[in-house]
Amino acid sequence: MMEPMIKAVSVENLSRSFEGIQALSNVSFTANKGERLVIIGPNGAGKTTLFHLITGEIPPTDGRVFLFGQNATYMPPYRRTQLGIARTFQITNLFPNLTLQENILLAVLGVSRQKFMMHHPVSSCKEILARIDRFLALWDLQPYKQSLVRDLSYGVQRQVEVIMALSGGARIVLLDEPTSGLSAAETKTMTSIILGLDPEMTLIIIEHDMDVAFRLAHTMVVLHHGMVLAVGPPAEIRADLRIKEIYLGAEGQATC
Amino acid sequence: MRLSFRQALLFLVLAAVAVVYPFAVPSYYFTALLTQVLIFSIFTMSLNLLAGYTGLPSLGHSALFGGGAYAAALLAKYFSHSVWLGYGAGILAAGVLAALFALIALRTTQVYFLFITIALGQLIWAIVFGWRSFTGGDDGLPGIGNPFIWSTWKLSGGLTYYFFALGLFIIVAYITYRITTSPFGHVLVGIRENESRIRHLGYNVWLYKFTVFVLSGLLAGLGGVTWAYYNGFVSPRDTSFELSAEALLIVILGGRGTLFGPIVGTIIVVLIKNIVAAFTQRWLFVLGVAYILTIMYARTGIVGTLQARLKRRTTA
Repeated sequence: MMEPMIKAVSVENLSRSFEGIQALSNVSFTANKGERLVIIGPNGAGKTTLFHLITGEIPPTDGRVFLFGQNATYMPPYRRTQLGIARTFQITNLFPNLTLQENILLAVLGVSRQKFMMHHPVSSCKEILARIDRFLALWDLQPYKQSLVRDLSYGVQRQVEVIMALSGGARIVLLDEPTSGLSAAETKTMTSIILGLDPEMTLIIIEHDMDVAFRLAHTMVVLHHGMVLAVGPPAEIRADLRIKEIYLGAEGQATC
Repeated sequence: MRLSFRQALLFLVLAAVAVVYPFAVPSYYFTALLTQVLIFSIFTMSLNLLAGYTGLPSLGHSALFGGGAYAAALLAKYFSHSVWLGYGAGILAAGVLAALFALIALRTTQVYFLFITIALGQLIWAIVFGWRSFTGGDDGLPGIGNPFIWSTWKLSGGLTYYFFALGLFIIVAYITYRITTSPFGHVLVGIRENESRIRHLGYNVWLYKFTVFVLSGLLAGLGGVTWAYYNGFVSPRDTSFELSAEALLIVILGGRGTLFGPIVGTIIVVLIKNIVAAFTQRWLFVLGVAYILTIMYARTGIVGTLQARLKRRTTA
């Protein structure tokens, strides 16, 4: 039962500035294997910048990123993917002019040995095609297999974002506002999907919907002005008065 | 993702027409025209891999085509008339040039990529045009002669060369088909469709771009050597900006990122150029109208638009 904690993601004193504006300063935290870490904070707190640094979209100005104990601070994104990290995007970022099958194909292929093969057609990659079908069946999306992703509803596109991150077999998944723009019903579906994911998988989630955030989190990280304001279990964060202030206004007139 | 029945049928019909046509219409002029179509199709198919499938619209591709042609011509002039050596040298030269181009041009994207490829292409043109003592300058290099495939089989006369070019054309079309249906080819399309996303799916995007640039260069070189032997002559025009621009327009007109697009585009442009030119001097005007109509009514090119129509009809 008590196997030693494996550190899936740890960031140490991570800082990033954009032309003099400090987007992140001295951010440190650790997500253990299987942990659900939810990052909250008001707009402009540096949440998405933090994701960019963890996945390698941009380099930090200072500090280090470790993935499964390996120093990944200056690894290009594709090498980090090979270490088992995947992410979704806050603004849906898919291949709108390709079919659903082709979208998932690109996600599965990226971590396969066949990704550079040019003398055999994709139709001969039976294992990969079977894996795509399994994911489509799991998510009840077989009818849309040959549909162009741009023709799918927004709610389904948000699901495809998550499938893209999961179908490559990632062990660390970063979800950037998975419920943003979804209806109440769709948010419920998405939340239960995330709750049902493999417990071995490490999830780092940015979430604006506080109900969803508190439901999903084992640990919460509160970012404000690019700094970590608090780290702790949901109950502790809920009781923290400073966090209420950030969300409800610093004037103190709103006490509820 | 596989060659559909309809595509296979179309391909067989085209192949049959290509074989029978020169016998049915025994005209030296038309055989020559068709030979040109075949050779330029090799060139535009090579560009289609880069510009159509990967979304890297090079405006300096004629430097690779002409580079291959010049390598074969220079070899013939200074060293050996062997056609095999000629092809080896031409394809190798084009591949090396493509690698050098890629190292520089792939640092940029979008409109800057267009500019840098124009500059690189013009650089090759300037060398060919300016280095008179070696390349013949604007006189070009005549006297490449009709190459021998084997000791007695000489590549001369319209029909022999036509079938030689047809063979190479089919090989290049097949290579393109295999590449574009492979995992590698799907990644190329992914890069074209959303480069920032595909970086996060585990792909070394630069390496894919570099590889396809070189592959495209090798095929362009093959086309260039075939062009040089066909004319028995190379000139700076074979490396010119006009030729690059024409090839890119053909790819857009025919349908970028489709197998048959560059072939259809090449047929149309070569025919307009030669047939319309017989009736009016304003053939460029006709070509211009064709482009404008394509951009207005068929943004994905002729073949792209037809494919979309067919798909809609079969799914509806």
